[in-house]
Amino acid sequence: MTPFTQYIKDLYVGIKNQLPCAGNNAVAEMREKGLQNLLEKDFQIYQKENRKMFDDHIACASGMKPQLTPPPYRPVEEYFHCKVKDIDTRMCIFRNGWYVHNGNPLTVEENGVITGSLTEALRQYPQLVFPYLLAENSPKEDSLSAINRLLFNDGLFVYVPDNVVVEKPIQLISLTDSSEHLLLNNRNIIVVGKNAKVSFIQCDDSIEFKPSFINNTTKIYLDESAYFSYYKMENKNPESLLFNEVDVEQKAHSHFYSNAMTFNTGYLRNKINVFLTEPFASAKMYGLYLVDKKQHIDNQIFIDHQVPDCESYQLYKGIVDDSAIAHFLGHVVVRPDAQRTVAAQTNRNITLTDEAKITSKPFLEIYADDVKCNHGTTVGQLDEEAMYYLRTRGICEVNARRLLMLAFANEIADFIGIDSLKARYKEMIRKRLNGELTICDQCVLHCPHLGME
Amino acid sequence: MLKIENLHVSIKGKEILKGVNLDINKGEVHAIMGPNGTGKSTLASVIAGKEIFDVTEGSITYNGKNLLEMPIEDRAREGIFIGFQYPVEIPGVSITNFMKTALEEIRRYRGLPPLTELEFRKLMKEKAKIVELTEKLSNRSVNEGFSGGEKKRNEIFQMAMLEPSLSILDETDSGLDIDALRIVATGVNQLKSPDNATVVITHYQRLLDYIVPDFVHVLFDGKIVKSGTKELALELEHRGYDWIKQEYEQNRQ
Repeated sequence: MTPFTQYIKDLYVGIKNQLPCAGNNAVAEMREKGLQNLLEKDFQIYQKENRKMFDDHIACASGMKPQLTPPPYRPVEEYFHCKVKDIDTRMCIFRNGWYVHNGNPLTVEENGVITGSLTEALRQYPQLVFPYLLAENSPKEDSLSAINRLLFNDGLFVYVPDNVVVEKPIQLISLTDSSEHLLLNNRNIIVVGKNAKVSFIQCDDSIEFKPSFINNTTKIYLDESAYFSYYKMENKNPESLLFNEVDVEQKAHSHFYSNAMTFNTGYLRNKINVFLTEPFASAKMYGLYLVDKKQHIDNQIFIDHQVPDCESYQLYKGIVDDSAIAHFLGHVVVRPDAQRTVAAQTNRNITLTDEAKITSKPFLEIYADDVKCNHGTTVGQLDEEAMYYLRTRGICEVNARRLLMLAFANEIADFIGIDSLKARYKEMIRKRLNGELTICDQCVLHCPHLGME
Repeated sequence: MLKIENLHVSIKGKEILKGVNLDINKGEVHAIMGPNGTGKSTLASVIAGKEIFDVTEGSITYNGKNLLEMPIEDRAREGIFIGFQYPVEIPGVSITNFMKTALEEIRRYRGLPPLTELEFRKLMKEKAKIVELTEKLSNRSVNEGFSGGEKKRNEIFQMAMLEPSLSILDETDSGLDIDALRIVATGVNQLKSPDNATVVITHYQRLLDYIVPDFVHVLFDGKIVKSGTKELALELEHRGYDWIKQEYEQNRQ
């Protein structure tokens, strides 16, 4: 057993009576399953694939602890302002792993939309929430997913009933500002009913420079013809370890759209598993990572075409500077029944130094014969001819490079459907590539450097 | 203004220009003609500063400054503009943003304050008119998806925006239909002034019906083998290049 597995096991045994829903047998059973799974998997895949990543990053989380009780309430305005211009969201803030509220942990709106603390939702609506919490392991569950299952404390619960179109995007903001080294396992559950539509913005930010281990799982259930847009933004401190796993289960004619932007991070893994379980579902995923120094980003995407007539599309782009490392692993499975599948997968990278490292593994596994699938990867430098052309117009090398990088990165921002968010992201991309935004100690969405004044 | 003396240039050890001499003064229009593969485009590229060429001998001075020692962007800031034969497509970079950056840098180099947003927009509008470019085009990415004619018009548009003192137009007429050719040529003529000079590199005399040169030079085998006035261009159109070749061979013997 790896020392880290041992550490987590001991931690669990020590705190299991203090974890949420401690008295509930079904939850206890779920946690025990997580433990079994962890013991079984024991980080073998991480050790095998990337020994150094395991040693340097995961193992150093030994000694970190969860925050077992919510921090005392402080008005949100004291520490957080969202500076995206003209964006109106339903804001859900998590501070050190706990839902921030002033006596109202769960909001139920007139149209039946529920948002708030998962543990509270389990208490108030057990029949609605438990089946989703206790749902079968995803086949892609690994050691980190097992740890989340074992130790989850709180998380966001969102429920959108059938036929409801939620106008305001729901914004999940996870902040850490503890004086302790935190080990956080949030579990979010999002359920979108038939013909319902909602946008979701998730921001992961550090307020303080304290090494932490954050291991979130988000489960998304999209019913028939549901439409879900998922925007993800990461701007963490360089000491952070952030693991985001998103599992999406899609029914017929549902749409999943995601756009993940990473501007700064320590070690980050974004994992998305999409299960297309009924015909005519579609999943479109975009990602952009601008990493430098010793940052490490790992994008893992798994798409399971289980049935005919679904489509999936991935476009991930990255600029990797200094001695940063980026991995892209895209895996599309087309099951024998999944005829007329359309799947495309593209990963494009620019390296700016000899030390920057990119591993890209686009991977199609196809068992059906009537399909349209393609994949491609590029790793390269900026286009020399374009550089030359720009310079012949009086633009210096540094600015020519910036213009080209900006163009490369903006392509992903152009796929954002919320105009104010798109404008903000473009502004951030520009500042980030100009070196004006190196590492923020706050969420980039409310970073003082980015004030529009 | 531009003085080229005994210029020898090679690429990967192969000598392409073998001693070019050329003097260009303010207010003049020069045409450089010659068959394919005689070094016309190489000459333009060396003036622009393309790094794959080795200058093995000779010099180029521009307003008394050693051009060959200048970085590419400084040559542009000093007032040299190259209109390319095959302008590159740059997806994601809008023409507006491109021109704004270029103008800002050129003006800073010359000690001028940046244009205000309003001044810049006005200038864009005004210059786009010269080559009949629609405003829609200026929001598009540089040359992306442009037709051959649009690309060439966009080159002249950039020339109009940057107001160079020396413009070198490399095969600007290639691939243009007669209407596009007229638009491009009219643009070039409108930009002509007693303070600037234009060099037109071309295969055909056709363009010279519109842009009338003061001097015509024939580049052959890496050298300017014959210079004359616009009548030389007409003679070339009429007789082709063979007699030039023969004359050149005879002189060599």
